[in-house]
Amino acid sequence: MLNPISVAFKKAKAENRPALLTYTVAGDSSKKQSLNILKSISKNADILEVGVPHNTPVADGSQIQTSAYRAIKKGIKLNDIFKIVRDFKKFDKSKPIILMGYYNMIFQYGDNNFLNKCKTSGVNGLIVVDLPWPENKDFAKKCKKKSIYFIQLLSPTTTSKRLKKIIKNSHPMNYFISMLSTTGGKLKVSSKEILKNYNMIKKINPKKEIVIGFGITDKTIGKLKSADGLVVGSAICKEITRSLNSRQNPVTNVSRLVRKLKNKIK
Amino acid sequence: MKLKKRVPVIDQGNSLGFWGGKFGGNFVPETLKKPIEDLEILFNKLKKDRKFINERDKYFKDWVGSPTRFIKLENLTNHINGAQIWSKVVSDANGGAHKIYNATVHCLLAKRSGKKIICGDTGAGYAGKMLSMAAKKFGLKCKIFMGAKDIARQQPNVKAMKKNGAEVIPVYSGSQTLVDAVSECMRFWVANCDTTAMCVGSTVGPAVFVRICGWSTSQISRELKAQLIDEFGSIPKKLKLYNCVGGGSSSFGFWNEFMDYDKRQVEFIGVEAGGPKKSKKHAAPLTYGSKIGILHGAAQYVNQNSDGQIEETESISAGLDYPGISPLHCFLKDTKRARYTAASDEEALSAYKLVTKFEKLRPSLEPSHAFFVALKEAKKLSKDTVVVINSCGDAYKDRGILEKRLGKKYVKSN
Ligand SMILES: Cc1ncc(COP(=O)(O)O)c(C=O)c1O
Repeated sequence: MLNPISVAFKKAKAENRPALLTYTVAGDSSKKQSLNILKSISKNADILEVGVPHNTPVADGSQIQTSAYRAIKKGIKLNDIFKIVRDFKKFDKSKPIILMGYYNMIFQYGDNNFLNKCKTSGVNGLIVVDLPWPENKDFAKKCKKKSIYFIQLLSPTTTSKRLKKIIKNSHPMNYFISMLSTTGGKLKVSSKEILKNYNMIKKINPKKEIVIGFGITDKTIGKLKSADGLVVGSAICKEITRSLNSRQNPVTNVSRLVRKLKNKIK
Repeated sequence: MKLKKRVPVIDQGNSLGFWGGKFGGNFVPETLKKPIEDLEILFNKLKKDRKFINERDKYFKDWVGSPTRFIKLENLTNHINGAQIWSKVVSDANGGAHKIYNATVHCLLAKRSGKKIICGDTGAGYAGKMLSMAAKKFGLKCKIFMGAKDIARQQPNVKAMKKNGAEVIPVYSGSQTLVDAVSECMRFWVANCDTTAMCVGSTVGPAVFVRICGWSTSQISRELKAQLIDEFGSIPKKLKLYNCVGGGSSSFGFWNEFMDYDKRQVEFIGVEAGGPKKSKKHAAPLTYGSKIGILHGAAQYVNQNSDGQIEETESISAGLDYPGISPLHCFLKDTKRARYTAASDEEALSAYKLVTKFEKLRPSLEPSHAFFVALKEAKKLSKDTVVVINSCGDAYKDRGILEKRLGKKYVKSN
């Protein structure tokens, strides 16, 4: 059976648009609410990235940190996150879910234990921010055995020699970080420059799906339409914070934002 | 797990940067892979380059002030009536602590790589103060990340940083202490690694930072070795080296040159921060058996919960208030080359009182932890045992805390 992540890219391609990937933090601002957000945005999002909150996130900007701290404060644990995924999959079995987090939490759970739990909960892919190539070789192999995509990150600082090696060893989907930034930074390079880098990466092996993330908002998403997929994270976390601060319902507000994002890339 | 002889410990990691196959490494975002590799290539080349070593030595001698004193604490020796008590007064170094060695080397490396800006983390404020001094000396712009809690409790060092022209950026996330400052500094580097060099303030972080820092602070033991031979004619038959351990830079530097000696001759004792007596929180991962985890790019023993969230620490000394510990010390612990223990806040304060009562020496709260354990153990040791404590910081920065905890007398009279 084809991994639902690949199915999602196929479907988006058939509609002549990039796949829309959303990032929300599990347990933000409560277990129930984060599940409801996933359910409500799944109409418009093609792939759901679910953040595993960690309290020393070395690659996340302030918006995602705020979401993560909010979730941790409410006591979210890895087992709760697996339950959120399981509950979501009962609601929409075919929608792909990617967990994104830092390696220490996987390490403490135990690689094998963690992957077994991913499998039984319905996780389709993993992004581990601080487990770069080649350190991730063994772990990526274990993922493959479970038919879970291990998604490699590529950055503007990744040398071309390294890009080739990483892509050669990669699973069907990779993630290109648009610029030198933590998550949530303002786009400090032009979309033209980003697409130039993207196209260069794409050429190495056109069969691999490459998504672009970091700094993408409803203002900029339209300009990057030619990519295989686009990830929006901080803008969504920010919308949750804004909703909470103004005592509005994050579920409806985030749902509206994701619909808007989708309309921009149609 | 085995310690090799005649190979510097900083170079005993494997190709992926793991000591003993499991401590250290490079758990970093992809963006940092290239800048870290560049730094590794530069450092590996320069540490073998005679010209670079001469340049380092020149700055250590003329600017840092080398050697720092090695003195006998006669009154304490008489009072304790056991082993001989000596101190290596590393706080003599320019700026008042060992952090100057690492800061100087990082600025020299930054200059060689053509970077114009350097960023760094700080807890007690010494790493930041020294980086601001070195940056000023070498014409680099300097950004220091410091937890808001530490900014409040270490004001003298904050003032010094600002006076040197550094920008001090308060960090409000998490516990607002060193752990958060290091995270924020790494995040800044992720976003600015094309223009900016990073200095990690201790022997922590991705492997190359552990190595650079250990290489830099080893100046302390190079000096001490010569001073011991000067004083005793040879390395004493019973030598015990006590040092406080936060990230582990001063202790590693204090021990490095003695690594190959049998531990029955030269024993290393690392003293971690046990925190307040009544509190469950501490900053002593080696003493209290914390599990291996990943923090700031390296695998190490680290205080964490069962889910892998890093736990908050508590210590009276901002410089030791860190949930993790250098991979080098994890390695020294598991190979049993060094022994680790902890002193509580109250014990460190009592040692500060005792030392300042008998000697003209004012160790800051960090080395006061080491003094406590050393003085306690020295009572039971023979008179031919030479106990040396690294007094790696001066209490000037702590005068607010000391006044509050011990009264005005302990600030003014010294
Ligand atoms: C005086 C002093 N001693 C010790 C330390 C602890 O750090 P390390 O273990 O790296 O020497 C610090 C850190 O700020 C310090 O300022």
